[in-house]
Amino acid sequence: MTADKLIVTIFGLTAIIFTYWFFLMKKEEEAVAASDSIDISVKGGYSPEVISLKKGKTTKLNFIRKDPSSCLEEVVLPDFKIRKTLPLNQKLTIEITPKRTGEFDFACGMNMFHGKIVVRD
Amino acid sequence: MLYTLTKRTFTIKGMHCASCVKILEDSLAKVEGVSSAVVNLATGKATVSYAPEKVTDGLLESAVSSVGYKAIIKDVIEHEDAEKLEKQKELKDLRLKSVFSLIAGGLILWGSFPGLMNTSPLILQNFFVHLLLATPVQFWAGYSFYQATIPALKHRVANMDTLVVIGTTVAYGYSAFVTFFPQLLAPYTLNPIPYFDVSTIIIGLILLGRYFEAKAKAGTSEAIKKLIGLQAKTARVIRSGNEIDIPIELVKINDLIRVRPGEKIPVDGIIMEGQSSIDESMVTGESIPVDKTKGDTVVGATINKTGTFVYKATKVGQETMLAQIIKLVQEAQGSKAPIQRLADLISSYFVPVVIMLAIATFVVWYNFGPSPAFLFAMLNTVAVLIIACPCAMGLATPTAIMVGTGIGAEHGILIKDAESLETAHKIDTIIFDKTGTLTKGKPEVTDIIPLNSSVILSERSESKDPVKELLRLVASLEKGSEHSLAEAIVKKAEEKKLALSKVEAFKAIAGHGVEGNINLKGERIKGGGIRIILGNRKLMEKEGVRLDSGQERRIEKLEQEGKTVMMLATRPYTLSPIPSTLLGLIAVADTIKDSAIEAIANLQKMGIEIALITGDNKRTAQAIAKKSGIKRVLAEVLPDQKEEEVRKIQKEGKKVAMVGDGINDAPALAAADVGIAMGTGTDVAIEAADITLVNKDLKSVAAAINLSKKTMRTIKLNLFWAFGYNVILIPVAMGVLYPFAKILLNPIFASLAMATSSISVVANSLLLKRYKI
Repeated sequence: MTADKLIVTIFGLTAIIFTYWFFLMKKEEEAVAASDSIDISVKGGYSPEVISLKKGKTTKLNFIRKDPSSCLEEVVLPDFKIRKTLPLNQKLTIEITPKRTGEFDFACGMNMFHGKIVVRD
Repeated sequence: MLYTLTKRTFTIKGMHCASCVKILEDSLAKVEGVSSAVVNLATGKATVSYAPEKVTDGLLESAVSSVGYKAIIKDVIEHEDAEKLEKQKELKDLRLKSVFSLIAGGLILWGSFPGLMNTSPLILQNFFVHLLLATPVQFWAGYSFYQATIPALKHRVANMDTLVVIGTTVAYGYSAFVTFFPQLLAPYTLNPIPYFDVSTIIIGLILLGRYFEAKAKAGTSEAIKKLIGLQAKTARVIRSGNEIDIPIELVKINDLIRVRPGEKIPVDGIIMEGQSSIDESMVTGESIPVDKTKGDTVVGATINKTGTFVYKATKVGQETMLAQIIKLVQEAQGSKAPIQRLADLISSYFVPVVIMLAIATFVVWYNFGPSPAFLFAMLNTVAVLIIACPCAMGLATPTAIMVGTGIGAEHGILIKDAESLETAHKIDTIIFDKTGTLTKGKPEVTDIIPLNSSVILSERSESKDPVKELLRLVASLEKGSEHSLAEAIVKKAEEKKLALSKVEAFKAIAGHGVEGNINLKGERIKGGGIRIILGNRKLMEKEGVRLDSGQERRIEKLEQEGKTVMMLATRPYTLSPIPSTLLGLIAVADTIKDSAIEAIANLQKMGIEIALITGDNKRTAQAIAKKSGIKRVLAEVLPDQKEEEVRKIQKEGKKVAMVGDGINDAPALAAADVGIAMGTGTDVAIEAADITLVNKDLKSVAAAINLSKKTMRTIKLNLFWAFGYNVILIPVAMGVLYPFAKILLNPIFASLAMATSSISVVANSLLLKRYKI
């Protein structure tokens, strides 16, 4: 094996490991507790990504989409049966009242970007 | 400084008196920048002139709310319009960018493709001209890809755009490097040429694909937009004797509203005076206009066809049937079908895996590929990145669910969520509740059998038809009774427009029947007429009326058909010349709905077993079952045992749907795999039901199952396509076929395939729309 091939191989393997680590070994973010309402910025994902809510308490989730990508134009909260189109650079409020505890995912319309709602007692 | 003034009219909620007007006008006028404010109590609207630089919607809203009212500045319609405008702008932008990229790409291709380049002007063969054309494509047209990728990377998320960005940046970067430093690459490649055509055409095609995809996707949510568009905007309300047009938001419960021919009925209510024929097809899917008169309910957003009427609003705002339908459909479209779980799982790993495969492709081709190894490695890596299409997987299920639930709603079939839609296609047994579901729920006269025409027809008779005359006599007598069977008889006589006679000395004999004096042939008795009796066999026995064997058989036959038979006879009267005789029979039964027989036959043709469940006795149940073609009968089941019966059948390994009215049989509906409720009145949000048929049409049960089957077939085809596409074409792009067949995938073709892939999934979902219910 010539030097250049060796370098490409080592570099390639490193890149594969890095890709795996970077995208698939991501640690879950700390949940941000919401009281009456919480602003969620939509730009390349959701921030905060993990939101903790209290069971039985109505909370306003204010989605503000700053990302023009059509990937993020919809937000889906399947457990709450909500699918909404997010207008660009505007606040869209979704009110939810979680009835049971647990973890409920939310995602963009094509399920590429994810967030999570953690409902606690 | 002079401002250009803006004039704006908006709705105010909560106004009820003239003093409100003054308070509101003062409060609005106090807002800095407002030059005038006029509030109209009748229309419930405020018109404000203001300097737009100083006054925001928020300031106007808070000025209104500070005095205790609510301003609706941005209504739903405006929001919808804004959304539409934004979408149109996005589409225009996509079109412009894709056309620009494709033209630039085409020019580069002309100037660089072997064999073709000789025909192009010399200037197009210059690499620096290629660079000049490709750079705006990469960073202006392709800006949205970078814009989506960079923030996503901060979240450590990779998506479709990430793949496009890596793929095209590699191609563009390599090409730019070759353009500036060809000599540096000479030792590695035989002929260092740039590949600007690859980066530009890929961007052009993917943008074009997005353009068509966005257009097609708009079609999937059409149903809900149509429903929202049905809403009336104003109502003509009668207040203190005057008729005024007010915005629909201001209509209150108990308001009296006048509707003229051709107008839209604004909210739900009950007709107080007048009558009309109403087209309810847009809301309930019921295709034939319905005649309505005083006391009937009307549904908002339906069209008044012929008459003028006044009705009282009973449901407004979010409570109306239309609002409930919209909410239900929106919820269904926001829910997730269980079949999507696998696609979700795969798509969460998909993009990172593709990136790793692309890197591996580069390494393998560089180490083991033919010369020029670097070029092969790079182009194949780009092809892998570009061909991968996670979008198709993400779109496969939701687009079909959206179209499926939308079509259902248009035809009066409301599906609660995606899971119900998915389960419905597996149904192999359907249990129908009898009363009110399979039958009309109200007894009707089924047979009128005169047995003694000479007595029935007197010289005073209204008609010469013994059947009519018998009905007239019975109805005259029953007019005074409150029994539910009596109601059916009187109704039948009214339908036939028979003039009823006066009955004297009316008496109800509990558990037996009724008796009274009525004018009939023969001697008049004291008080007028002759005494006749109407009732069951017990009454006849008591009064000594003899039945011959032929009459007995007739009665028995009727009873076997599940009918209740009543007998009319003269009462033996002292000194009467007429002996006690049976005059005729009248049979009453809860009849099956006209659509039931066809609906059941359709379901049986689909291979579904049908059962009937009822609290009635076996004979009645059997009779109804026989008529409607049902073989399995569950009779004498108390309301609270219905749920258990459903579970019993489920234990046989069956997927059970229960069809009922959703009120008495709610637990059974909830226990069934799919609970189907027939719509009642204007309440569509039947909690226990998975599917609500607001068109009240039994045939829609089969339609709902067929819709589920069609939707599931579409989803499966979509998923098969989306998975199959990636599973087959990614390895091809990696070059697995090269050692055997020398097949490689040009990155340009990869982008073409990718763009077509997601469009075809959406288009396939839209094909569902062609399904006729």
